[in-house]
Amino acid sequence: MSGLWTLFYKEILRFWKVSLQTILSPLVTTLLYLLIFSHVLEAHVQVYPGVGYASFLIPGLVMMAMLQNAFANSSSSLIQSKMAGNIVFLLLPPLAYWEFFAAYVAAAVVRGLVVGLGVGLAGLWFVPLTLAHPLWMALFALAGCAMLGAAGIITALWAGSYDQMAAVQNFVIMPLTFLSGVFYSIHSLPPFWQALSRYNPFFYLIDGFRYGFFGVSDVSPALGLSIVGTCFLALSLATLALLKSGYKLRN
Amino acid sequence: MTPAIEIREVHKRFASLHALRGVSLRVEPGEFFALLGPNGAGKTTLINILAGLSRATQGRCAVMGHDVVDDYRNARRVLGVVPQELVYDAFFTVREMLRFQSGYFGLRRNDDWIDELLHNLGLTDKAESPTRKLSGGMKRRVLVAQALVHKPPVIVLDEPTAGVDVELRQSLWAFIRRLNRDGHTIVLTTHYLEEAETLCSRIAMLKQGQVIALDSTENLLRNHGATEVRLRLNPGRLPEMLRPMLSSAEGNDFRLSLRQCGELETVMAALRAANINIDDVEVSKPDLEAVFLRIMGKPIKSH
Repeated sequence: MSGLWTLFYKEILRFWKVSLQTILSPLVTTLLYLLIFSHVLEAHVQVYPGVGYASFLIPGLVMMAMLQNAFANSSSSLIQSKMAGNIVFLLLPPLAYWEFFAAYVAAAVVRGLVVGLGVGLAGLWFVPLTLAHPLWMALFALAGCAMLGAAGIITALWAGSYDQMAAVQNFVIMPLTFLSGVFYSIHSLPPFWQALSRYNPFFYLIDGFRYGFFGVSDVSPALGLSIVGTCFLALSLATLALLKSGYKLRN
Repeated sequence: MTPAIEIREVHKRFASLHALRGVSLRVEPGEFFALLGPNGAGKTTLINILAGLSRATQGRCAVMGHDVVDDYRNARRVLGVVPQELVYDAFFTVREMLRFQSGYFGLRRNDDWIDELLHNLGLTDKAESPTRKLSGGMKRRVLVAQALVHKPPVIVLDEPTAGVDVELRQSLWAFIRRLNRDGHTIVLTTHYLEEAETLCSRIAMLKQGQVIALDSTENLLRNHGATEVRLRLNPGRLPEMLRPMLSSAEGNDFRLSLRQCGELETVMAALRAANINIDDVEVSKPDLEAVFLRIMGKPIKSH
């Protein structure tokens, strides 16, 4: 366990040492979204009855920030180690592959939660927020960060360059988060896109997380959480299998 | 006794390259062992397999009796590897790196030994510096320290002195020698053959993925080395009976290679009999470099 703990601590320290870039900058970017979109749309859009657009938007933005930062944390740390070659420091010791997995995912969760908390607290300054079901909110937050932490490991294992890494981030992760209902309820979409959105696991994350705040959602939170949980499990098993086989690490 | 390192019939095939072709080696506990060979001979590939950084296509390796695949956690606990590449983690200081490395090996409080390592490697005043700010030689020392945080009984150094100045080389070897005296098994690869000759008691030579020589340093020098004599003769001709010993000639200078020092007697007698005077003479002892070149020059027996 000492190996797992040390790697987790190292990963935390890594992003903490560059917190301007890893915490403050996503915080500022997300708050800019909030400022602009709520300013433009507050008067025109009401998604849930009695919930202002800015209030509706905040949970979506918090979840989006958490997902992106959890993914960024494990993926960028691992790809940097691979590219710089210092990954050998992790390959030479008797670290078990599941310790490797757990440490990276846990650190990704911490980074996601720290940024998410920052965005949420800053959002409170703009509009009041209610917390209808804090436990659901916490569960969806954890599941989302963990899922993207695992996805980040897979991506960094697969990527042979920073370019490939960025491609996944920009062409897969970004669209999936943007098209998951951060800025809208999928009920406002045409039927085709509404149906398609239901294949996007990020949709359930945002929907369920929002339920934690307003007690209203497109899909029942229990169903959402089981879908998200299944995705996390599948990604974790895939990551563990890759790590165990030494895929692109021990060759 | 369990060998420190046991390598049995290891093959490694990359897409188009058969990098290791059935390597077998045994290194006993307490040995100071050299793995020599030209670039591309397979030394680093072999070390990577031993360290679990790569997997053998075929064959088995064990460190202190622990199989590097089936029992990888125990095998890695008893092995310290100094990688050839000068890698570092730009985020952290020297001390942070050493603490992390200790933690990965399951050691929570290791600061006494870390301080000793820093002291012995001349890194004490760099302990709080970020590793990225260190010079190449300093980074190399940090790599050595990282490989030793868990006091491994078997230490493998892959070209630890490449690009390192004389002073550091000397102090590094003094330290490694002390570890060896304390009972650590040392395996090293190097391109500086005089280092291998003075430090190592046994040597394996690798060429194109095969072990082509494996013996004590002493035996290698005796069996493959030749004492060279350079003679300036007056008049400048060599008696017929010394022709077989001739390795090169230039003007009045003749280079003879002798199997043993005793043959010098024969040379002198032949010259005296032919009434040839010696104007100048220079005798050079056999060295590992000559032995290495000689062994590498031989065609490989295929099997």
